[in-house]
Amino acid sequence: MTNKRYAIEVQGLTKSFGSVKVLKGIDLRVERGTVYAILGPNGAGKTTLVSILSTLLRPDAGKAEVFGLDVVRDADAVRGIVGLTGQFAAVDEGLSGHDNLELFGRLTGYGRKAAYARADELLDAFELTEAANRPAAQYSGGMRRRLDIAAAMLVRPELLFLDEPTTGLDPRSRSGVWDIVRTLVAGGTTVLLTTQYLEEADQLADRLAVIDGGTVIAEGTAAELKALVGSGTVQIRLARPELRSLAEQVLRRELNAEVRLHADPATLSAQASDPEPAARVLTELSRAGIATTQFSLGQPSLDEVFLALTGRPAEEAAEEAVS
Amino acid sequence: MSESTNGSKLLRILSVSARPARPNALHAVATFTWRSMRHTVSQLPYMAIDVLIFPVIFLLIFTYMFGGAISGSTGHYLQFLLPGMLVYTVTTMTVYIGIAIKTDIDKGVFNRFRTLPFWQPAAIIGTMLVNLLSYAAALATTIGIGLLLGFRPEAGLTGALLALLLVILYAFSVSWIFACIGVVVKKTESITSMTYIVLYPLMFTSNVFTDTSTMPDWLGRIVAYNPISLASTAARGLMHGTATAQDLIAALGGMILLTLAFAPLTFRLYLKKAKQ
Ligand SMILES: Nc1ncnc2c1ncn2[C@@H]1O[C@H](COP(=O)(O)OP(=O)(O)OP(=O)(O)O)[C@@H](O)[C@H]1O
Ligand SMILES: [Mg+2]
Repeated sequence: MTNKRYAIEVQGLTKSFGSVKVLKGIDLRVERGTVYAILGPNGAGKTTLVSILSTLLRPDAGKAEVFGLDVVRDADAVRGIVGLTGQFAAVDEGLSGHDNLELFGRLTGYGRKAAYARADELLDAFELTEAANRPAAQYSGGMRRRLDIAAAMLVRPELLFLDEPTTGLDPRSRSGVWDIVRTLVAGGTTVLLTTQYLEEADQLADRLAVIDGGTVIAEGTAAELKALVGSGTVQIRLARPELRSLAEQVLRRELNAEVRLHADPATLSAQASDPEPAARVLTELSRAGIATTQFSLGQPSLDEVFLALTGRPAEEAAEEAVS
Repeated sequence: MSESTNGSKLLRILSVSARPARPNALHAVATFTWRSMRHTVSQLPYMAIDVLIFPVIFLLIFTYMFGGAISGSTGHYLQFLLPGMLVYTVTTMTVYIGIAIKTDIDKGVFNRFRTLPFWQPAAIIGTMLVNLLSYAAALATTIGIGLLLGFRPEAGLTGALLALLLVILYAFSVSWIFACIGVVVKKTESITSMTYIVLYPLMFTSNVFTDTSTMPDWLGRIVAYNPISLASTAARGLMHGTATAQDLIAALGGMILLTLAFAPLTFRLYLKKAKQ
């Protein structure tokens, strides 16, 4: 197990629910000791993939191995070395945070005293000591998420799955979770996380895969992916919506890129390969007498990645997955 | 999260890489018993309704409002009613095991259980054991109120204790039906509607409230083989020292059959769900 290069190896993995094909042949390799992100819109099959890898679901066909152990044949052994923090918190809402960790600790094999002490330690490290004796049902989203991650840390997992660990969290809680992930990796754990935010993948992941409609449509480092998409996006909100077509011309000329007109009639965006031309846009706009109320140069959103990779926005992909 | 302090705490936690040995079945059952006790304590106010108020009200209503009409005198009726009332009280409570199991499955916590290396049926057994305690509490109240109202077990303390034991065994066997339903059912509400569809008709075609000898022959027969009747007859017999071997064999046989049919089925279905 320790000499394996890959924490995860997946080949031709498929899974259907009834007649709905959710995974249509996924190939994936995750090197041990790294963070790997699965990026995809709603309904792409992220949770299904994580559930199969963490032995909660059986695949229909294909191979999935965790440190060389088959997730179906060696399910028990796999359960012994992976930790899972699912998309929806897997905690007992009727129990306090401390009781939750104590419960899971005892079910992991700790004796009463050891489980109690371990729960104390984990609550301390995850900043939940103050809420230790409150029912988990009263926890905020961020607290529940931390409790859920703590529950996956009762023994150090070789591989940790985090399914959308920061969806619905405020920026502070989000960066808290990011810090936890970085610490885990520093401690030697391999992390596979799913997310809908390219920024998150960029912040944390060594490599990432974009999945859509049950297949991997792009794979690589965040830098590679961004190069594919264009490193950033200029988004502009105009003071006067009627000037948008004028602004569109300026953007197209300066950035030499396709301009997106948003649903909001005052907003438009375009990809920018470098900050300089983006800055030039601002000067050119004011020279043309077009006032802006907002100007941002941001990372490409999942939406833009999608647009670049598939030619259609992520919401559409999500709708297709549902239908 | 301040990276320096909590980061180092986290790293210390992660540096413990020793993995405890897989918990044995007994340890797992004890853990679920503990969990279920915690749940019960936090739900004590609601439990009190079943365990205290419900038996009191029913006993009072049946004894004083219907007792005279059914049996001629309330005191006489109470002697007849109370053992059956014990059966009635726990029967309504057997639904809870189903709801508890279904709630776990619905809430994410079931997924956490599935990823842990313990003997999965422990979840059901531990919960069941604590339910037996609440059955005992409800039975104790019912008997207590009965004694206050003038009920006297003719077979004395021994008879009363044996009757209690029998009713708890009965509740244990019926619980497996609902445990099984709790594992397979799609919606929690279906379990509650099952109570109305299955339990209430059974309850009212039993001999809990009236003597079967006053019923028409065909109905009397249905009533006699109703598991609730079998348990009531046996409990009544033990309580008053009139139990025949046949009564007891019929009652215990029914319970054993129910348990043998539903307990293994429940485990199998639950494991299948957990392993998927
Ligand atoms: N148990 C199930 N039965 C039937 N269909 C399912 C089941 N689980 C998932 N699906 C379907 O599979 C598809 C993929 O679901 P999945 O949960 O894997 O997506 P996801 O990428 O995690 O989406 P999200 O971002 O919304 O969490 C969806 O269309 C969903 O409706
Ligand atoms: Mg999901």
